[in-house]
Amino acid sequence: MNSSIPLLSARSLTKLYGEHVGCQNISLDLWPGEVLGIVGESGSGKSTLLNMLSGRLAPTSGQVVYRSTDCALSRERHATTTQDAPNDNTNATQCREIDLHALSEGERRRLLRTELGYVHQNPRDGLRMRVSAGANIGERLMARGERHYGRLRATALEWLDRVELPRERVDDAPASYSGGMQQRLQIARNLVTSPRLVFMDEPTGGLDVSVQARLLDLIHRLVRDMDLAVILVTHDLAVARLLSHRLMVMYHGHVVEQGLTDQVLDDPHHAYTQLLVSSILQG
Amino acid sequence: MKLQQDLHTPGEHADQEAPLAGYNFAYLDESSKRMIRRGLLKAVAIPGYQVPFAGREMPMPCGWGTGGIQVTASLIGKEDVLKVIDQGSDDTTNAVSIRSFFKRTTGVATTTHTKEATLTQTRHRIPEEPLREDQLLVYQAPLPEPLRWLEPSEQETRVLHALEEYGIMNVKIYENIMRHGTIAMSFDYPVRVAGRYITSPSPIPRFDNPKMNQCPALQLFGAGREKRLYAIPPYTEVKSLDFEDYPFTVQHWDEPCAICGSRTSYLDEVVLDDEGTRMFVCSDSDACQATLAKKLAREAAGKDTSEASDE
Repeated sequence: MNSSIPLLSARSLTKLYGEHVGCQNISLDLWPGEVLGIVGESGSGKSTLLNMLSGRLAPTSGQVVYRSTDCALSRERHATTTQDAPNDNTNATQCREIDLHALSEGERRRLLRTELGYVHQNPRDGLRMRVSAGANIGERLMARGERHYGRLRATALEWLDRVELPRERVDDAPASYSGGMQQRLQIARNLVTSPRLVFMDEPTGGLDVSVQARLLDLIHRLVRDMDLAVILVTHDLAVARLLSHRLMVMYHGHVVEQGLTDQVLDDPHHAYTQLLVSSILQG
Repeated sequence: MKLQQDLHTPGEHADQEAPLAGYNFAYLDESSKRMIRRGLLKAVAIPGYQVPFAGREMPMPCGWGTGGIQVTASLIGKEDVLKVIDQGSDDTTNAVSIRSFFKRTTGVATTTHTKEATLTQTRHRIPEEPLREDQLLVYQAPLPEPLRWLEPSEQETRVLHALEEYGIMNVKIYENIMRHGTIAMSFDYPVRVAGRYITSPSPIPRFDNPKMNQCPALQLFGAGREKRLYAIPPYTEVKSLDFEDYPFTVQHWDEPCAICGSRTSYLDEVVLDDEGTRMFVCSDSDACQATLAKKLAREAAGKDTSEASDE
């Protein structure tokens, strides 16, 4: 993979909710294996931006280009070329530029469950609460066409190990899990197809501090091991400092400051960032 | 089998043979019938796709076969011979009342013999006797949506069908194997029709699923409560879903039918007392009678020949 080419590029993304600004004129590039943190207070447009970047919300204007290199996707795309071939330019190399918002709904949904992942703040939104953990982990594989129970089960057990969940809980429904365990399961469910880019919306929100710390450790390890690119939305600067390489600070729908995480947090320039950093309790 | 209602010979009660006065032929008005037939045409054109239709109120509650009755009513003609099955049997309440309903509102001939019927309305079974090209099979479908178990939203299931996102159907099968060690869905076993739509076969036992594949007869499904029609055209591939390491199988019984001795038909378990005595009998009463008649004839012939050789 050529790491000098960004994996995801957004150009002048704007979302207006009527008169109200969701977020305005945001451009960013994300390189493979990079963790980008987006911080800001509630209502600053973080989630709106994340939803547009992941293709789940159509922007008022602007473009999101994702560079797909997955052969599996090309194969799937080959089967459906008639539908939206004109929408993206296919390069001669394996790298294909895909405008996320020009894809058909079916293509976008397929991309979201193969090469992309989305970890919701509330595990209930990302899990099927009434089917077992094993089936939750296997769902993306089954959607991709896996039809072998033994292999699905082996994969599920392997992933329970990787996210440090006890193997004997594989047949329990997530409804019987604790909040932290549900979040781990949601991560396993997303990573099982080895995505290249995962969107995380406050993955540690609503968890107590010790559980948060273990989950952050886990995410940190998985990101490193799998060479994942992550776009992480959080209002918790500690989470951002621990996980992200680069940071964007949002305020009232605008990006007010961005740069390397340590640089932004240790030497904040914008008044809002200074306020944000100074409002952390110093231990 | 002779049933009470079939005992009247024509002419004896000529007034009863004529359609009920004051009602249109087959109860429904002609424009409703046409609306349903339009829906059916679309359903046949897109095998396995659920076509919404404006279901009418029928003189019976939902769950008694109002969907199947509307399909039958819109298709039945004066020349048709009607058979109605309920759980394989011709003589249970549901079958008898639907048959007499159509007898009174159309005056068409009815039968209990699968071979003689041109139109068969069925609840929860496919006849054991193979169907022919000139026959129609109408199913009563209580829950037409096979994905409903995992996805409660109708909007979402329609999207899943449209985009062919059928991963969650296998989640259901996975859960089944996880819980029971085998695919334990014994009825309403989901099928894929013509390699495209995943379809509910209505609550027929999975024993009957293979009969749907490449069936020469046109199979039509009506769901009255959910107001959906769908169809499997003749000679269409119908595949039951499964896993590679847990392939689809049909039920088997250790003993033959206690009445006719058949080993190839679907058997119902009948509990005889509270001490665990039970018997297995054919669920298809017509096929059972036919096999029994053949068996008796064979035995009689055997007796004749043995008597003849004695002499």
